[in-house]
Amino acid sequence: MREGGISIWFFIGVSLLVNGVLIVGAGIREVFVPPANPVVLFNLHANIWWGALLLVFGLVYCVKFLPGRKT
Amino acid sequence: MIAAMAVPVPTTLVHLSGVDIAIIVFYFALVLAIGLYLRGRSHTGEDFFMAGREMTAWIAGLSFLSANLGSLELMGWAAAAYQYGILAAHWYWIGAIPAMLFLGIVMMPFYYISKTHSVPGYLKLRFGEPSRALSAVSFALMTVFMSGINMYSMALVLKVVLGWNINFSIWVSSATVAVYVALGGLRSAIFNEVLQFILIWAGAALIPILGLVEAGGWSNLRLQIARNASAEYTHLWSTLGTFKDNPMGIHWTGIVLGLGFIISFGYWTTDFLVVQRVLSAKDLRSAKMAPIIGAAFKMLVPFIVILPGLLGLAVLPMKLTGETAAVATGGHSYNEVLPLMLSRYCGPGLLGLGITALIAGFMSGMAGNVSAFTTVWTYDIYRALIKKNESDAHYVSMGRWCTVLGVLISVGTAYLVMSFASIMDYVQALFSFFIAPLYGTVILGMLWKRATGAGGFWGLLAGTASSIGMWAWVKINPAALRYVALSPNARDMAENMYRALWSWIVCVVVTIIVSYMTKAKNDGELSGLVYGVTAIPQEAAVPIYHRPAFWATVVAVFFVALNILFW
Repeated sequence: MREGGISIWFFIGVSLLVNGVLIVGAGIREVFVPPANPVVLFNLHANIWWGALLLVFGLVYCVKFLPGRKT
Repeated sequence: MIAAMAVPVPTTLVHLSGVDIAIIVFYFALVLAIGLYLRGRSHTGEDFFMAGREMTAWIAGLSFLSANLGSLELMGWAAAAYQYGILAAHWYWIGAIPAMLFLGIVMMPFYYISKTHSVPGYLKLRFGEPSRALSAVSFALMTVFMSGINMYSMALVLKVVLGWNINFSIWVSSATVAVYVALGGLRSAIFNEVLQFILIWAGAALIPILGLVEAGGWSNLRLQIARNASAEYTHLWSTLGTFKDNPMGIHWTGIVLGLGFIISFGYWTTDFLVVQRVLSAKDLRSAKMAPIIGAAFKMLVPFIVILPGLLGLAVLPMKLTGETAAVATGGHSYNEVLPLMLSRYCGPGLLGLGITALIAGFMSGMAGNVSAFTTVWTYDIYRALIKKNESDAHYVSMGRWCTVLGVLISVGTAYLVMSFASIMDYVQALFSFFIAPLYGTVILGMLWKRATGAGGFWGLLAGTASSIGMWAWVKINPAALRYVALSPNARDMAENMYRALWSWIVCVVVTIIVSYMTKAKNDGELSGLVYGVTAIPQEAAVPIYHRPAFWATVVAVFFVALNILFW
């Protein structure tokens, strides 16, 4: 699926990476500016650790399936 | 379930922040970018309609499953879990896993070796042109209708959840699907389906995780459901001894024979929408592994669909009702359980990802329908019946235009459904008319060499006609339900199960009788198409953990364990 082209897994990596950055950013902002109506289990700060998880997976996939890189 | 979603509720469940909008916009930009990128790799018919037959087992398997995670799958089955309890999981386990494993191990070699482009194409090779024409026309018709219903359901969800204008949602989503499928063909649809599959999990998996934290684990969740609803809601099999003892009004024979043996096998082994993804595999081993990989992930889907519905029974402060009651009282309906759970746990960013997961589900289902329609129209109707000897480039061009046309017809269907909500019920029923008899025809064709062309055609026609007849009989005289579904206490779900069973039996019996009355083909003509006269390629000497049969066994063991665990 990648001979001479970009792998689908690279596109998925980009998607997870961008979403992860945006979600972690939103989560960090909420730590400093708490929302007026917090969600249930706000104290767990799910957007920070879930976003970080997506970010890490995205980064790994982007690097591993970078166009031109031999796997 | 579709009919229940037909009545708009003028409320907005969630409000998106800037970061949520950014995530949704990025998703649309990425799927269009994938379509544009793949445009340069779709020159021949094999490229455009079969993705070059170069997909790995993982990509074909995830795409196979993602095409099924359509419009009603996420919202509808979460709602069904709230309404009927864990019984809804039957549609993911016995209603899918055995059939997917059977497709991979038994049926895939015949589809793959015959090098057919489609399921109607296989019928042409096995039974002749009349059977292909009958199944191709009915499939094409039903596919665009279902695509339109998916589209309307998605627009309705976006209106209810986000307050978005229905016309805006229909046109933006359909134009996006039309662009990326028309540009890149099946390869683009498959690429995007894999992306959509990952996003669905990334966006939806957090709900059950946080829900279980709030409920205090599975044991406490069961206790809360028993208190708020009934203990029956967490049992998969033990309440199916009679029609009356379970929320779904169904008997175990309906689940095992109707759902597990007929509807499930019919859908997963003969519906070209899903089979097309597996046909794109790069070799026979990948084609056999793809449905097994799909089955493994299918077993997990209840975690993001059924469990949120069950959690809703335990943790939501309000009682959800049917759509009519919700409109009358200003409350929330069953169909809103997933968005309600999403807004309960997901703040900025996560909310956008969750909404993206819903949109991705809708678009993967729509793209699946459109790409399957395009292939069946171009190869099994246009090339077979209208223009037989054109160039490959002509058929690719037809495929691109047909994609746009298929989307436009789907949009038209969506508006038709919007105007006449009851049409949804009829189209859903129409779709079910063809699945069970088609399965009877295909399975006899593959496993019984004595089946003849006339037998296949008349069996398919008789099975379809009998299904329509039974449906009309119950519509005209509701008392007929006791004969069709074997009990006056049966409900809609049970009627569908038994109608499928009877129509399959009619198809098989007629096929056998007519086949014995007509002349069979000789073995040479059936080589590559029928079990017993086809040399199945031996698998290379690979370790056991590379063999499809090994992984099918592993999946089967987990399937049995899950059913016992939630008995």
